[in-house]
Amino acid sequence: MSEVNYFLTEEQQMIVDLARQITREKIIPVRAKLDETEEFPWDIMKDLAQADLFGLYIPEEYGGLGGGCFENCLAVEQMAYGCIAITTTFAASALGGYPIYLYGTEDQKTKYLPDIASGKRLVAFGLTEAGAGSDAAAIKTTAVEEGDHWVLNGTKQWITSGGEAEIYTIIAMTDKEKGARGASAFIVEKGDEGFSFGKKEKKMGLRASSTRELVFNNCRIPKDRLLGKRGQGFIIAMRTLDLARPGIGAIAVGLSQAALDESVIYARQRVQFGQPIISFQAIQHMLADMATHIEASRALVYAIARTIDAGAKSFSKLSAMAKLFPTDVAMKVTTDAVQILGGYGYMKDYPVEKMMRDAKILQIYEGTNQIQRNVIGQALNKEYARREP
Amino acid sequence: MNIVVCIKQVPDAASVKWDHEKGTLIRDGVQSVINPFDYNAIEAALSLKDQLGGKVTAVTMGPPQAQDAIREAMSMGVDAGVVVSDRAFAGADTLATTYTLSMAIKKLGTVDAVLCGKQAIDGDTAQVGPGLAVRLDIPCVTCIGEMEVIGGGKALRVKRMCEQGYDIIEVAFPVLLTVLASLNTPRVPSLKGKMRARKADIPLWSADDIGADKQKIGLVGSPTKVFSTHIPKFEARREMLQGSVEEQVEALIEKFKEAGII
Repeated sequence: MSEVNYFLTEEQQMIVDLARQITREKIIPVRAKLDETEEFPWDIMKDLAQADLFGLYIPEEYGGLGGGCFENCLAVEQMAYGCIAITTTFAASALGGYPIYLYGTEDQKTKYLPDIASGKRLVAFGLTEAGAGSDAAAIKTTAVEEGDHWVLNGTKQWITSGGEAEIYTIIAMTDKEKGARGASAFIVEKGDEGFSFGKKEKKMGLRASSTRELVFNNCRIPKDRLLGKRGQGFIIAMRTLDLARPGIGAIAVGLSQAALDESVIYARQRVQFGQPIISFQAIQHMLADMATHIEASRALVYAIARTIDAGAKSFSKLSAMAKLFPTDVAMKVTTDAVQILGGYGYMKDYPVEKMMRDAKILQIYEGTNQIQRNVIGQALNKEYARREP
Repeated sequence: MNIVVCIKQVPDAASVKWDHEKGTLIRDGVQSVINPFDYNAIEAALSLKDQLGGKVTAVTMGPPQAQDAIREAMSMGVDAGVVVSDRAFAGADTLATTYTLSMAIKKLGTVDAVLCGKQAIDGDTAQVGPGLAVRLDIPCVTCIGEMEVIGGGKALRVKRMCEQGYDIIEVAFPVLLTVLASLNTPRVPSLKGKMRARKADIPLWSADDIGADKQKIGLVGSPTKVFSTHIPKFEARREMLQGSVEEQVEALIEKFKEAGII
C-alpha cells in the first residue's frame, strides 16, 4: 500500500500503534451499542488512562509525557477511526485541561495536572450558554468576589462530559461593563457548594458522549480557583480553542478514513449488473475524491500541528484552517460513504450511517465552520493591511 | 513478592496456513504473537503486584526474537524479563521444557507465585504449568477462573473450573497457577511501559547460563516422539429425509443409531 511518509519519530509511531490497538480491541466492538444506549464510555476512559494517553500534552514533571499538539492529533485521529463520540470525551478532557496547563499557577498545576495526566479525573470546559454560542462574549454567567470566595451564578449549556467530569474550567463575567475584557476563568470542582447539573441532551450523533447543562446557583469557590488574571477569561478561552482545533481536524481525518475504508471494502464486494460496483467509474471517482481529500486534510492538520509545536506565536488562522477543511471533508466523505453503500449504508447494520450522523457535529462544535472562515478572513485582512506601504 | 509469569510465542492463529501434504503448519512469514491465555497470566501477575507489591518477571523459552514477547509484556507493566535461548533447547517436549524453565526460574531466586496460561494454542498440551510446579516443588492449581487474595496477603482463594462445576481452593504462597481467559481482561499497554520496554536490556540465557544438564534439554531430553501429524478433515454430508414428520423422525433416529450417536 502506498502511504505518505509523515516522518514520525519512533515515539510518535508508538502513540499511533497504541491508540490504534485500543481502537481495534476496545472501541470498535462497543461503538454501535454505546451509540444506541448513550452510555458514557467509562471502561474505555479507563483503558485510555491505563495507556497514559490523557497525559500526552502534559509536561513530564506533572506526570505527563511532554508531547505537543501533534502527538495529541495522532492519538485522536486513531481513536476517531473507531468512534468520534468516545474520542470527543477524551479530547474534551484536554480542552478543559489546557487552560490549567497554559495559565495555571504552580499550585494549581501541582494540584490538578497529575490527576488529569493519569486520567484519574476527567476535565470539562464550560464556555457556551443558551444565548452565547458563536457570540461567546454574550455569556451571562457571573462571578462576584465575596471575601475569600468567588460566587458564581448562571447556566452553561451543552458541556461535553458534564456530570461525568470532576474538574471544570469555567468562563464567567467578573466585570460586565468591560465587555470581552470583563470575563475571567475559574476552576470548579464537582461537589462544590451550589454547583449542579441540568438535563442530559439527546443528540443526533455523538451519542456516547455526555452533553449536559452546568448550573451555578450561588456556587462558592475559594479565591485561589481564579485561573490566570482577572479579565483574562476570553484570552484563555481563545488560546485554548486555538490549541484544540487541530485536534478536531485530526478527529475528522480519522472518521473520514474509516468511512473510506468501509466504502472501498463494500464496493469491492457488492456485485450489481454482474460485476463489483468498484469497477464502475461512477464509484471509482467518488472513492478517488474521498481518498485525495482525506490525505490533503491529514497533511494540513499534521503540518499546522507541527507549526504550533515549533513555537508559532500567533496561529488562530492556521488552527482555524486545520479545523475547517478536514471537518467539511468529513461531512462530504461520510455522506458519500452512505451513498456508496446505498440502502445498506442507511441501515444500522453497517457503521457508515453513524459516521454520517456523527460527522455533522464536527462542522459545529469548537466554533462553527462559518466562524472559522471569519477567523481566517479577518486574519487575511489584517495580514494584507500590514503589507501596504 | 516475587512473581514470575511464563509466556510463549505462538504463530498468529489469524494468519496461519497449512501444508496439507506434510500435515504441518507453514511457519514461514507467519507472525508470532503471545499465546492468548498468557495475556491473562500477565494480567493476573500484574494484579497480584498491584495488591501485594513486588516485582513481576516474564520468562520465555524460544529463539532470540522472543525478546519481542518480553517487550510486549513489559509494555503492559511487567518489570523485567528473560529469554532462555539456546540451539540445544530446540525440539523440547513438555518434559524438557519444564526442566529448562524451572532452571531459569531457580536462577531468578525464590519465587512466591508463578503464573502460566492454561495452555499454548499451538501445542495445546496444558502440561507445562503443572510440570513446572513439580520441578519447582510448589503447589499447583490449574484452570483458574477467579482469584482473590486472602489471609492478609499470605494466600489465595481461587476457583478452579472443571467440566461439571468448580472447586474453591485456598492455597498459600508459593504457588503455581494456570489461568483461563475468563479470569480477567488483560490491561492495554501504556506509553510509558512501551518506552521503558524499548530501552530495556532483555538477557538471553543459554543452557550453560542456567546450569542445565545437557541430557535433560531439547530433543535429547524429550521422550515424546511425534510419528506423524495430519490435518483433520471436516466432511459435511447432507441428506434430505422424505415423508410425513413422523416418518422423518423415525428415519432420523435410525440414522443416528447407525452412526452410533444414540
